[in-house]
Amino acid sequence: MCLLFGGCNMASYSVVLSGEAGQGLKTIETLVMKLLRQSGYYAFMTKELMSRVRGGNNTTELRISSEPVYALTDSIDLLIVPRKNGIRRIEKRLSPETIVTGEAKLLNDTGAACRKIPLPVQETLEDIGGTLYANTLVTGLLCSIFSCSRDIAYRLISDRFLEKGEDVAAKNKEAFERGIKLADTIPLHISLKKDETVAETQKALSGTESIGTGALAGGCNFIASYPMSPGTGVLAFMAAHADTYGIIAEQAEDEPAALNMELGAWYAGARAMVTTSGGGFALMTEALSLAGCIESPAVIHLAQRPGPATGLPTRTEQGDLNLALYAGHGDFPRVIYAPGTLEDGIELTRRAFDTADEFQVPVIILTDQYFLDSEGVIPKTDLAGTAVRPRITETEQDYKRYALTPSGISPRGIPGFGKGVVRVDSDEHTEEGLITEDPSVRVAMTNKRMRKLNGLTDVEPELVGGSDYETLIVGWGSTCGAICEALERLGRRDIAFARFRQVYPVPQSTKKLLARAKRRILIEDNVTGQFGNLLKQETMTDFDARILKYNGSQFSVEELVQKIGEVAGL
Amino acid sequence: MTKTRFDCSPDTDIAWCPGCGNYPLLGILKEALEELDIDPTKLVISSGIGQAAKMPQYVHCNMFNGLHGRAVPVATAIKAVNPSLTVIAEGGDGDMYGEGGNHFIHVIRRNPDITHLVHDNMVYGLTQGQASPTSPKGMKTPVQTGGVIAEPFNPLAAAIAIGAPFVARGFTGEPELTKNLIKEAVRYRGYALVDILDPCVSFNKTNTFKWYKEHTSILPDSWDPENRMRALEKTFETDPLPLGIFYRRTDIKPVFEEQLSVYASDTSPLWAHTRSPELISGLLK
Repeated sequence: MCLLFGGCNMASYSVVLSGEAGQGLKTIETLVMKLLRQSGYYAFMTKELMSRVRGGNNTTELRISSEPVYALTDSIDLLIVPRKNGIRRIEKRLSPETIVTGEAKLLNDTGAACRKIPLPVQETLEDIGGTLYANTLVTGLLCSIFSCSRDIAYRLISDRFLEKGEDVAAKNKEAFERGIKLADTIPLHISLKKDETVAETQKALSGTESIGTGALAGGCNFIASYPMSPGTGVLAFMAAHADTYGIIAEQAEDEPAALNMELGAWYAGARAMVTTSGGGFALMTEALSLAGCIESPAVIHLAQRPGPATGLPTRTEQGDLNLALYAGHGDFPRVIYAPGTLEDGIELTRRAFDTADEFQVPVIILTDQYFLDSEGVIPKTDLAGTAVRPRITETEQDYKRYALTPSGISPRGIPGFGKGVVRVDSDEHTEEGLITEDPSVRVAMTNKRMRKLNGLTDVEPELVGGSDYETLIVGWGSTCGAICEALERLGRRDIAFARFRQVYPVPQSTKKLLARAKRRILIEDNVTGQFGNLLKQETMTDFDARILKYNGSQFSVEELVQKIGEVAGL
Repeated sequence: MTKTRFDCSPDTDIAWCPGCGNYPLLGILKEALEELDIDPTKLVISSGIGQAAKMPQYVHCNMFNGLHGRAVPVATAIKAVNPSLTVIAEGGDGDMYGEGGNHFIHVIRRNPDITHLVHDNMVYGLTQGQASPTSPKGMKTPVQTGGVIAEPFNPLAAAIAIGAPFVARGFTGEPELTKNLIKEAVRYRGYALVDILDPCVSFNKTNTFKWYKEHTSILPDSWDPENRMRALEKTFETDPLPLGIFYRRTDIKPVFEEQLSVYASDTSPLWAHTRSPELISGLLK
């Protein structure tokens, strides 16, 4: 079976760090991901956060493997509890084999059966500044357990802490050393093969970075957005690259301003985007409709989180597909892409700029908190060949912005480039872009807009597994990793997975793809099966079973193995 | 009326009511632009929705006739992406101070080099006669049946308080003055607001042309527009309503677009910038 990630019997270890918010987990996550990759492992990291800056409970799951890995598991091999509130919320995931380690008093938090190994963190770090250095101690612990390179770890620690002073860097190195010594007390025996080429050939990337990278490759040079989790990271990524890549990155006063700025920017010749979440996107819907009417390209990154309203601000769901599909008054064409892998994140975002520019339509990139906050390892590649060429026309004196053409696409001029004037109008308009109520013009313009996407090349759903399937699983976006690994574990040649990357327009091949299956299973992170309903509406084909999750967390591999097994009668 | 390069086709069907203050204002605007010798292909008027916002429909130049309330963020972005364009955001009091109120605050904070023309008729025209943010207290309308309860918004005071470097009030009944205010505003480097009193003949029976004539007075030649606190004080005078440049900052405040790092080494419009293939090539290495 040719699956996306790893192979059968993939060996991997799951390490979970769990504790209160605001304890610098992020610092070690980044450091440990780099250390693992540079030492020759594939790794995947995902986070569950509470909507608070301090306190509560945040967990980070690391999966470490000798093969590519891109999903979370329920099972935990090693749970590290650096500070309080680390165990209670996830104790259902503990098994008698799970090693739980941390300060002795923190381990009393649970009565669940597991192997508790007290770790005298406080005492070990007493003389160098106490628990301030606990995170670095944990890094040493993991470095030793997974036989990572100490030299690499030292370099990473220096890179990270030298800016805070030599004393801080030295103390962190000392804490790291003490972590290495403490590791001897943890009876976890690792039998993972390292692949020395990983450091050279692979790159660690988060979902957020994949979207940002795709935007840079797509020529994005303008972003205006209003901060909203989990979409804000893309704004920060673009702002961080603004000087080097020549980007205007502006924090708008509100979401209507953000999307209106984007449309003004495209109008004047930029390649622009916004990033937001469901609530912010809801506020942008009038401007989305404006993009439809004035035939402006627009790229919108919609980072989903569970609604309705404020919902679960820091958690994950695929609940905004219907919003993306139907947002905006009136009829106008749109394209919606939904990345399921980090490679998708780059490619679909780059492509979004191209599609938006070519067809002069809004393109929505639909991600979610799980996708964005997860970090994985992907092959290094040269993106030079993917650079896109802007489609701007130099205007003549008699330029007509909405010239009627067979394709419906009119050459797009911009103000100040050529002899003509560029007139765009949110009212129904003539070819010149002037207000009109002429019924025949209205019909001609509506037909023009609606036929623009006839020339769109679909991003086809990718079939994972054999094409001679009897059971077809359908999913989209961030469920991809868990579904693929669940299928590997099930090891059934008669089950395939169609992962949709273009969710709208529904790719033309979809009806046949669905019809070939004797049994169809839908997997989505929402309560109503929004994508399944769309496919049913467009293909007149329904699903035999729907596996839906909407508690704010992503599916784990085990959960899907069990649920697919149940509905497929395995 | 003088012929200008900004005249639209003579058979254009103009949608304003007969006697509307927007007609003289259209002439005033085109003359001002002509006298400034602006190239119509290098001028963009961004407008929203309302009777005033139809203005660019009747001016031969680049036009972004977008959504109600949103002309200002659009104009800000256009100027940021191509600083060589002359950019005007134009609309009415409901458009700019009501629906677009938040943008009004923040455009002043950003200070792009754009001109903000607000036709202020103290009433909603397009939706037929409801109160606007600048309607006087007590004005009866089909919606405010017992009279307007809320205090009228004072756009000039707000603008000066927030930090606008150029704040003026015109009146369509004073065409020479208003033309000069528009010219000064367009020439000014920075955000420039001209609130233009503009009678609505159909729906505002209180603030008529005659009323404005009787309740306005041009600021004297001796008026010093560089004194911000005096200017602020002046904006509180309501009878008569002063006309002219209330405030003009002379120590030039940096404008939004010139502070963007994209123009540090290349001042050409953003669309003419190219991203080196090496930068893209190295993204995933």
